[in-house]
Order: sequence, then C-alpha cells, then structure tokens
Amino acid sequence: MVNNTKIKVRNLNLFYGEHQALIDVNMDIMKNKVTALIGPSGCGKSTFLRTLNRMNDLIDGVKIKGDVLLDDVDIYGNESDLINLRKNVGMVFQKPNPFPKTIYENVAYGPKIHGIKKKSELDEIVEKSLKGAALWDEVKDRLDKPALGLSGGQQQRLCIARCLAVEPDVILMDEPTSALDPISTVKVENLLDELKAKYTIVIVTHNMQQAGRVSDYTSFFLNGKIIETDLTENIFSNPRDKRTEDYITGRFS
Amino acid sequence: MKIHEKIIETILFICAAIATLSVLLITVFIFKEGLPVLKSYGVFNFIFGKTWSPTNEQFGALPMIMGSISVTLGALVIGVPMGIACAIFLAEIAPKSVVKIFKPAVELLAGIPSVVYGFFGLAVVVPIIRTNILPIIQKFNPDANTSGYSILGGAIILAVMILPTIVNISENAIKAVPFEYKQGSLALGASHFETITKVIIPAAKSGIITSIVLGMGRAVGETMAVILITGNMPKVPGSVLDSVATLTGTIAMEMGYAGPMHQRALFATGIILFVFIMMLNIIASTTLKRVGRG
Ligand SMILES: Nc1ncnc2c1ncn2[C@@H]1O[C@H](COP(=O)(O)OP(=O)(O)O)[C@@H](O)[C@H]1O
Ligand SMILES: [Mg+2]
Repeated sequence: MVNNTKIKVRNLNLFYGEHQALIDVNMDIMKNKVTALIGPSGCGKSTFLRTLNRMNDLIDGVKIKGDVLLDDVDIYGNESDLINLRKNVGMVFQKPNPFPKTIYENVAYGPKIHGIKKKSELDEIVEKSLKGAALWDEVKDRLDKPALGLSGGQQQRLCIARCLAVEPDVILMDEPTSALDPISTVKVENLLDELKAKYTIVIVTHNMQQAGRVSDYTSFFLNGKIIETDLTENIFSNPRDKRTEDYITGRFS
Repeated sequence: MKIHEKIIETILFICAAIATLSVLLITVFIFKEGLPVLKSYGVFNFIFGKTWSPTNEQFGALPMIMGSISVTLGALVIGVPMGIACAIFLAEIAPKSVVKIFKPAVELLAGIPSVVYGFFGLAVVVPIIRTNILPIIQKFNPDANTSGYSILGGAIILAVMILPTIVNISENAIKAVPFEYKQGSLALGASHFETITKVIIPAAKSGIITSIVLGMGRAVGETMAVILITGNMPKVPGSVLDSVATLTGTIAMEMGYAGPMHQRALFATGIILFVFIMMLNIIASTTLKRVGRG
C-alpha cells in the first residue's frame, strides 16, 4: 500500500444549497487501478466524481468541505490551479459530447489549448490518442470529417481519445456506456483494461456486472455516504455490510 | 354548408389573397414603372452613371448605390463586433442581476422610432464629427473636411439601430449551444474564455451570421434616420467624412416633387434596391447552408 494512493478523499461534505449530497466521504483511490462507484441513482456518485476535477464549481450554490488530495496536494487549496488540475484529471461524460468539429480537431483541441502549435506534433498526438482509444483504424481515413457523423460508440471513444490527448494521470468516467449499444459497450470496457496500465481510472456505473468486469476496487454509495470500499471481488463475493449485500443481490428496496 | 360559414370562408380567402397579391402587385408596379427608364437610359448607364441630376435628365444611380453600400458597411463594421460582444457578455459572462438591466435596455433600442434616431444623430453625432473628430483626422490628412453630415455619422447611428437585432439573435444562438460542449471543453483544462472563443462561438455561428444578415437588411432599408444624418449629396464618396445620398433616402425625398420622367427614374432606383435586397437574401441563405453543412 505504500504510496500507491493517487487520490485521498478526507471528510468530504458537499451541499447543493441546503441539500447535502455527500456526507463525510473518505476514500483512497489507487494508482493504475480501476475504481468503480456503484449505488442507486441519486446517491451522489456523479456528484462525488465531479468533486475530483472540480466540475461542481460550475454549479451555483455548491459548498464543499473537506479535502481532496491528488498526489498529496489539496486540489481545493488556494494555490491549486484549476486548469492544471483538469489537465491532470480528465473526464468522460455519460452522453458522448464531441465538439461540432472534425474528428482531428476534437482530439487536437486539448493539446492546442495547452500550447502545442506544431502540426507534426499535433498529428502525432492525434494518432497516438486515437490508437489509445481503439478508434484509429476506424477513422484514420476520415479525420477531417465531422465528429458528429460517428456512431454513438465511436463518439464516446473519440471523447476518450480527446481526454487522452492532454495526457492526464487520472480519468473520470460517469456511466460512459449507458448511452451505448452492447457491442460498443464491450469495446469501451476492453479499452479500460488497457488504459489502466498508464492511468488511474474512476468509473461510475449503475451496471453491477460492468463493475464486476472492469474494476479492481468498488465503492458502494448510499444516500451520499460510502457504505464500503473494497477489492471488487470482496464486494461481490463477500460484502461486509448488509446493505451492500442487499444492493448487489438486487434485494434492495 | 350554412350561408354564414360560406361568407366567413370567403372573407378568410380574400384576406389571404390580398396579402399574397400585394407582394405581387408591388413587384409588378415597381418594375412596370421603372423598367422603361432602365431600358431607354440603359441599365449600364443607370447603374454605373456617376451623375444624378434629374432636372437635366441625368440618372446615374452609382452615387446612391455607393451611398447605401458605404453606410451599410460602416454600420456593420461598428455594429457587428459590438453586438456580438454584447451577446457574449449577456449569454456567458454577466451575472443574472446585470442581465436583468442590460437586456431590457437593449430591447428598448428596438422600440425607438427611427426619426428619433435621426434627430439624435443630427443634434449630437453630426456636431461631434464636425468639431471633435475632424481635427483628429486632419492631423493625419490636412486636406480632410466635413460638415459632419457624413457616412460616418449615418454608420454610427445605424450601428446602434441594428444592435438589438444582432444582440438578441446572437444571444439566443449562444444560449442554445448545448451545455455539454462547454462542460467538455472546461474538463479538458480550457479556460472560460478559450471555451467561448473556440467552442461556443463556432457552435453558434449560423445563428450569429443570421443576426448579421438581418441587421444588414435593416441597415439597407432604413430611410428616415439616414436622410437626417448623411447629408443627401448624390455624389460618389471619397472618404467616410463625405456626405452621401442613399437609395432609400433619395426615393423618399424626391418622390414628392418629381416630374413624370424623374418619378420613373426613382422607381428604377427602387428596382435596384429590390435586387440588392434579393441578392442579400440569396447570399445569406447560401452561406447559411454552407455553414450548416459544417
Ligand atoms: N446541480 C444540482 N443541483 C441540486 N441538486 C443536485 C444537483 N445535481 C445533483 N443533485 C442532487 O444531489 C444528489 C446526488 O445526485 P447525483 O450525484 O447526480 O447522483 P447519482 O449520480 O448517484 O445518480 C441527488 O439528490 C440530486 O438530486
Ligand atoms: Mg449520475
């Protein structure tokens, strides 16, 4: 366990106005592992995920207490720089959201923003990122075509490629396959296995089989609290908490 | 069918027919009155003739064509950046409390009658150009001179007049850009400003172009304000400080006292205006289609 923690969350509380959506959340997210967040809808999984790259800052009236440490640096500390944080912690959304630009421009967007101008360098990043997202072979002949012409599954992998292009350490995924067909879902799931060699991945999923297939660790959320976090195999075969067991066996009311 | 239903139906039909017919009638009328002059005087001579002197039966409309083009372009050069900036500010940057004051203010601009704009231009903008702006320009070009009644004055006032059109339509287009795009950009580490310029505005560009085209239409057609400010000199302008006459202004001012031949020449001017606006619409709809295909 020595120094394998990428993100430490300590006593995190989050309020949407008066409504408390996260209650005393504590969690260690391991480097180069896939951590799945499961739980019934509305229990705060997305909210928690968004605290890790400060996307909740966009919402009016959000109050956050507690610490989120990325490589032991508090990301909510005053000195921390939002742009660098989001460069290091990428995010893939539930609904594929490629920009209405070409495939190439979608992937090159991040690197360009972060100052890379040379065409040859951008070409290289685009190819590497698309290969990393297992999309290169499907789109290499039509990089200058609109991204919105791709299928939903391809769009989502393009969003993953777009995220890889800025070379993050951590990738956050919020139900990345919930809008995809089964074949595209398998493609994205297989991709996760390859990606974790280089990245730390946190994935929200409402699909427990998926959590079982793709993750090393699983956290079970309920009503804004973490009930338990453990190795995925333990959670599924031998949960410590009765409520976890009820949820994964589908006996949850 | 009962008789009164039949009567109502007939009335409805007549109303619809009148609306359609009037467009047709106006077109036919303008062309019928104007075409003979174009034919006898020569289309080329009419469009490219530099002298408009109805008393001498000289009908060169180039000065007015240039007048309309220059005032409209000037209005766009001033009004478009201002309008788009204002739209971005309202849609993306301003806090709600500021929007509550700004938006009605911009909308109010649309409700001011154009003769009031004209009077404001005459009483405020024209003197400022004559006494404050001219000396600055004379530092660079000692020969410059102006009465203040100028393209510049007309362009400034027209720019304000087209602001509500540009601001409202552009703002709606910007607001219609899906939040997902913005979120996707910010999550990659882009700043708010980069997100606005590189994602939001490109995604809203067809709406922004529409707003510009509609603003341009308003500027070309505006008559009253322009009559009061541009000086109405039917002369091809050499600088933005020169007085010009526009197509609409000339028709409005001269129709009242024009003799038969002169009157027909004014109708021919109307044809030019008509074709002008048609072309504008065609250019607009083709660019829109091209942009839409992205
Ligand atoms: N923008 C928001 N404003 C107010 N309340 C919100 C907002 N987003 C989520 N919530 C509330 O916070 C709780 C957790 O939501 P969420 O994190 O989206 O849950 P999950 O992703 O697990 O379904 C819910 O009760 C939801 O209604
Ligand atoms: Mg959610």
